[in-house]
Amino acid sequence: MKNNNLKAWLYLLPAVLFLGFFLVYPLIDVLIYSFEEGYNYASQTYFGVGSYNFSYVLHDPYFLQALKNTFILVIITVPVSTALSMLISVALSSIQKLRNLFQTVYFLPYVTNTLAVGLVFMILFKQTPYSDGLVNTVLSWFGISAIDFISGPYWAKMLVLCIYTVWVVMPFKILILTGSLASVDEIYYNAAKVDGTSKWRIFRKITLPMISPTVFYLIITGFIGAFKAYSDAVALFGTDLNAAEMNTIVGYIYDMLYGTSGGYPSYASAAAIILFVIVLTITCINLLVSKKHVHY
Amino acid sequence: MDYEKIEKAARNRKRALNTVIYILLAVWALVVLFPFYWMILTSLKSYAAYNSEWVPQLITFSPTLQNYVDAFTAVPLGGYFVNTLIFTLATTAIMLVVTVLAAFAFSRLEFKGKNLVFTLFLSLMMIPSELVVITNYVTITDLDMRNTFLGLILPSVASVFYIYLLKENFSQIPDELYYAAKVDGTSDLRYLLKVMLPICKPTVITVTVLKVIECWNSYVWPRLVTDDQAYFLVSNGIQEIRENGFGRENIPAMMAAVVVISVPLIVLFLIFRKKIMAGVSRGGMKG
Amino acid sequence: MKVTLQNLTKIYPSRNKKQPKEVVAVSNFNFEIADGQLIGLLGPSGCGKSTTLNLLSGLQKPTSGKIFFGDDDVTDLPAENRGVGLVFQNYALYPHLTVKQNITFPLENLKGKDKLSKEKMAEMALEAARLVQIDELMDRKPAELSGGQQQRVAIARALVKNPRILLLDEPLSNLDARLRLQTREEIRRIQRSTGITTIFVTHDQEEAMSISDLIVVMKEGVVHQIGKPQEVYDEPANLFVAKFLGTPPINVFNAAVKEGKLFIGEEAVLNVGNIAEGEVVAAIRPEGFVVDKNGVFTCDLERVEVMGRDISVVATHKESQNEVIRAIVGSENLASVNGATVRFSLKRNKVYVFKKENGERLF
Repeated sequence: MKNNNLKAWLYLLPAVLFLGFFLVYPLIDVLIYSFEEGYNYASQTYFGVGSYNFSYVLHDPYFLQALKNTFILVIITVPVSTALSMLISVALSSIQKLRNLFQTVYFLPYVTNTLAVGLVFMILFKQTPYSDGLVNTVLSWFGISAIDFISGPYWAKMLVLCIYTVWVVMPFKILILTGSLASVDEIYYNAAKVDGTSKWRIFRKITLPMISPTVFYLIITGFIGAFKAYSDAVALFGTDLNAAEMNTIVGYIYDMLYGTSGGYPSYASAAAIILFVIVLTITCINLLVSKKHVHY
Repeated sequence: MDYEKIEKAARNRKRALNTVIYILLAVWALVVLFPFYWMILTSLKSYAAYNSEWVPQLITFSPTLQNYVDAFTAVPLGGYFVNTLIFTLATTAIMLVVTVLAAFAFSRLEFKGKNLVFTLFLSLMMIPSELVVITNYVTITDLDMRNTFLGLILPSVASVFYIYLLKENFSQIPDELYYAAKVDGTSDLRYLLKVMLPICKPTVITVTVLKVIECWNSYVWPRLVTDDQAYFLVSNGIQEIRENGFGRENIPAMMAAVVVISVPLIVLFLIFRKKIMAGVSRGGMKG
Repeated sequence: MKVTLQNLTKIYPSRNKKQPKEVVAVSNFNFEIADGQLIGLLGPSGCGKSTTLNLLSGLQKPTSGKIFFGDDDVTDLPAENRGVGLVFQNYALYPHLTVKQNITFPLENLKGKDKLSKEKMAEMALEAARLVQIDELMDRKPAELSGGQQQRVAIARALVKNPRILLLDEPLSNLDARLRLQTREEIRRIQRSTGITTIFVTHDQEEAMSISDLIVVMKEGVVHQIGKPQEVYDEPANLFVAKFLGTPPINVFNAAVKEGKLFIGEEAVLNVGNIAEGEVVAAIRPEGFVVDKNGVFTCDLERVEVMGRDISVVATHKESQNEVIRAIVGSENLASVNGATVRFSLKRNKVYVFKKENGERLF
């Protein structure tokens, strides 16, 4: 038995070492950082212990901007992407021909480099002195004058960010939803059909309740993912997100750590913990709501 | 009741609905594919041609490969590419070893406190990477490992989720096989390599492919620990190209770089399409 | 509601190129079901009985042929508009709805002038629930019910909208033996009291024979015989029907007809009158044997199984197609059955003769 214990730990050793060093220790450390006031990275000293870091971050206009951006992004993209992926998944599940082809195509954005494809979105939306860009050209057919979506007004930039975010998160949602829809036994649909149920009612009264656990799973992960948005914004607006007014909470953390305004791990830690608390709260609320509405 | 009327109405409704469904699906397919088309198209336009288009053209009649030449010569795209390849392969390989060993311990070996340790492991899944990246950055800097492959790779190796995924699969192998192997005098390690891994090959492939995707697209960590172009990965490289790129805003060349970066994963996806989609739907999440 | 099937045929096209054979699930089915009858579709699995049910419900479309409800041609009418009640094999109760919501579900589908008030719906649901005696369980979820209770809910849901016909797919197959007996009587009672033309599918002959007005015996898409249960048992149209009905199964022998006599082996066992001479297949019901010292039919005795009222004489015969022959005789014969052989005389109306080539009935 002793021998066995030793052997088991030997097998676990690499994982324990890596996780301990790069996951557990940092977790504790980040808490300590966040309460060390006036931490100086170069001299590794600090003045005292307290909540100043949190108060600084919460009063930092850049952080407030990032907070606002992140919330807008979450509030728009989570419902839009969930509803849109639901629509597409239901459509996809109701056809036979070309289904595999569509499924493959829809999954493509998942395997692409967010930064790289973000550049394509940027040039599609960007207005330059040489060209209004493709999107503006299309808009002009409808009599809408050209807008610079990349370095123009705030709402235009936010719109592009939302569109790109939705485009990026759709593959995962469509994949999960079509899988979930396929798992609903056809016998329920047949039963409803024989009883003369309309398609819409079948969807609302049978399909939706039966896949509700999946839908809530998607909403929860969608919230978490959207709160951690960062590289989408970088792809569209470059690394200096503060200047573009497009920073996100995660972006703020990295900027505090490293980058033009960097070198403040304490502030970064405080911001990271604030983000964690927000995500945790929203997830708990989601779970409470889902308990009420999910039927299994 | 007029049955013919009902039948006809039902037929028509069905046809109309089908049309709407296919239109919807086609439109979304277009939305998904268009950026890919646009990046390939743009990468084939010459610099002069692209900049002279006030109204972007949907097709080009004089495609050129010059941009691809530029992408590899004017900026160190080849270097980014090799870096990413090294990073991806090394990280995935080490991750596999660590993960397989840990999953084996959890699924097959008996030791004191196994359940407690496994629960602790699972609870680690909830820790967001944003929280730990700060200390890791400081650690790597303190260890003087910025701008090294070790610094890039080490913190990306361990993954609780993959250990969990593999452990679940390992646990499905019936105990009898293990006892049979024991009776035949097979060592644990040999049993793991010769019996468990081959049986669980699909999951191992899934984990590998998911990790490769993750590595190929990773941006945040590489950005933090590298500021020397010689160690840039493709994500940072593309950002660098965008900001300081070709000396001028050379969008066609930039798109050529984007195409080059995107192709490996798309090819990988098309080969392992079923496995990747199954793997992702089993709970993989991006990032 | 009278139901008429006219040349009803369903052919499944081949699934892939490697296997180009199409499957004929139902072939040229003609049948007229009088109003208010209980019909049992009987056959081994894959015989097309479930397909027939799906064609009746409208979930599948026939390849050719027509279906009439009364005088209305409903062949192309979608399932939604047919107004049939269908009870699925595993009930298909919506797991997220309570019993009451499940039963009310079909009523809520009614639109326009047929739309019902909430009170009316509740009343109808309760009435249907009372009919199947589950009115105590209205607020439970399906998962909290036993198999038999789920079955009743499924029947209530099918009945609540006053269907034109009621279809049941293997209604008893998911129940244990005791419940099965009880439920099949229940189905009979409900069918009698509602008077709805009812068609049910089963692979269990006992189930079909015990409650049906008429049974339809099917195999590989072809209807082999339609008739009252006792008639089909007593006068099977062909070898398949004879073999399919009856427990223990009928005893089948290689036999021959010579000069108006049926020969099994060397022995002439029965006068069969003027039928074509040659090799035939003879079949004898287990109850067709009479133990008789001077009997015409000699078998090698294997063993005797005591069942109480009856005994089962297990024997062998070199011409038997079954491994053993089973004869059910009264227990008073117990003492006289011993030794290496047993001799029987045969009851004339329990012996059938079929053509060797196609199993067609000769006698």
